[in-house]
Amino acid sequence: MQTISSTAGEVTSRELRQPQSPLVTIKGEPLPLTSSKFVLSDLAFYYGKVQALAGISITIPANHITAIIGPSGCGKSTLLRTLNRMNDLIPKTRIEGQVFLDGDDIYSPNVDVVDVRRRVGMVFQRPNPFPMSIYDNVSYGPRLYGVTKRADLDQIVEFSLQQAALWDEVKDKLTQSGMALSGGQQQRLCIARALAVEPDAILMDEPASALDPIATLKIEELMQTLKSSYTIVIVTHNMQQAARVSEFTAFMMIDQNRAGTLVEFGETAQIFTRPKNRQTEDYVTGRFG
Amino acid sequence: MITQARSTLLFTTPIVKGFIQAKKGRQRRRAINFFWLGITGVVTVLALVPLFWIIGYVAVKGAPAINLAFFTELPQGMGSASGGVLNAIEGTVLLTVLSGLFAIPPGLLAAFYAVYHPNTWLGIALRFGADVLSGVPSIVIGLFGYALVVKPAGHFSALAGSIALAVLMLPIIIRTAEEMIKLVPKNLRAGALALGSPEWRAALQVTLPAAISGIMTGFLLGLARVSGETAPLLFTSLGNDRFEIGRLVQAGFRSGQSFPEILYNIIQQPVDSLPLTLYKYTQQPFPAQIQQAWGVALVLIVLILMFNIAARYWVSRQAAKNRG
Repeated sequence: MQTISSTAGEVTSRELRQPQSPLVTIKGEPLPLTSSKFVLSDLAFYYGKVQALAGISITIPANHITAIIGPSGCGKSTLLRTLNRMNDLIPKTRIEGQVFLDGDDIYSPNVDVVDVRRRVGMVFQRPNPFPMSIYDNVSYGPRLYGVTKRADLDQIVEFSLQQAALWDEVKDKLTQSGMALSGGQQQRLCIARALAVEPDAILMDEPASALDPIATLKIEELMQTLKSSYTIVIVTHNMQQAARVSEFTAFMMIDQNRAGTLVEFGETAQIFTRPKNRQTEDYVTGRFG
Repeated sequence: MITQARSTLLFTTPIVKGFIQAKKGRQRRRAINFFWLGITGVVTVLALVPLFWIIGYVAVKGAPAINLAFFTELPQGMGSASGGVLNAIEGTVLLTVLSGLFAIPPGLLAAFYAVYHPNTWLGIALRFGADVLSGVPSIVIGLFGYALVVKPAGHFSALAGSIALAVLMLPIIIRTAEEMIKLVPKNLRAGALALGSPEWRAALQVTLPAAISGIMTGFLLGLARVSGETAPLLFTSLGNDRFEIGRLVQAGFRSGQSFPEILYNIIQQPVDSLPLTLYKYTQQPFPAQIQQAWGVALVLIVLILMFNIAARYWVSRQAAKNRG
């Protein structure tokens, strides 16, 4: 009896802690609270005295692809990096407001940043395989979290590489250096490496901007297969890419104080065909940006 | 189609004559080019002359002293042409290895600190300190070793010598390692940290391997540099005609000492080194010692050359490995 009530109490408090953000709808139906992955509440971010983000509230749905678009310097990447606390690495930065991951405030003092980064993986603009073998690249993460048995690691490596659609290309050369692969393969290796720690969400910071069109296509196809198991947030400069791959789109701009703000967020089809905001319309139709 | 267009253009464009005196100008240009190319060639040869002269001269003068005994026997006393410089060879190896052990780990850690915290007061002080230290005369560092180790211990020792050499090596290691770590894309470290890696693991397992070839070059060049030093050793390791590691180990085992005790005993001995022996032998009036001094010079040059070649080989091999 006591156990049940305490569990129930926890759920309630979680729901209370998680503020209601602007309502997200899927095909007209409001998104249930449980299917949101990230909830950002009145987020502001500063590099020293310079404000980079202001007043951002957004709910990012789970198991969907959300694209962040906007002109250069509007804080897209900064916003993305607040989601796994990568901004912590930059000295003299400061954050205000809250970021909830499955209802937990990831900036609360008792949160372990290592745990946040395990749950939220990241893929960078330029492929960054570690200077080690393909196998070691993928098993780097699991080893960090204490997986030592060779058989377990073998299984994780194979599974992750398969998920990243790279297994067939590299299964015979797992001991080769990851840096010997082509750019597109390197990027899929980095995706496999992120998947190997069993994250809930994957952040992609312009993952295809350094790749040729065919490699880009492969990454985009891969994203479609991954979204059933992972929440994907992608920053992209390429509006066609956002329209192609994402189901939700957030459009950002700098405000009058030169801080990045969220202009509009909604289903991708709506943002690109029936934007509610004038600025969004100007941007997606190519009138500026 | 394109060829056609091009040929039409060629035939219809009037050819302007007389403005550019191509032939005359060309001859002049060729002459100037030939002259300066010749100058650079001559100067290059001039710069190489001392290098090969020194190596060749030392090789010619030193070769007669080189025989098996030279590498395997202790000195037989002044005036004797027999015997070798085993004490100095072993001493040099011991001093070099020990100084590397003392200088490389702190130097590497300091380099990481300097890269990751470049604008903190400690980071700035570190880089400034390394620059100042690299300019301190080596004899002063020898004195420092004397005051720090020899005086309190009451005797000269390999330990004191290698500490002095380590201090001498430290700035070389810090600055080269810092430069090499800086060259590693920041992206790589971010990638490791994004997986939840603690900073030290990212540094050790990702950044360090990416920079290792350059760092190793720094290590080997630092070791090569100090293995040729004399001045800091005058006050610290002093010299020792009877130093022989094999004999010390045997004696240690016979008296039932454990391995660490034997090691401790060895590094507490005063030791000789090749540069020290060279210095001492050239002060002697005996032709046999002068001859051996040339032999020592040759061994020293070959040793340092080998360090340099090893460093270059290592770099090219690592670079090839990283490319895959």
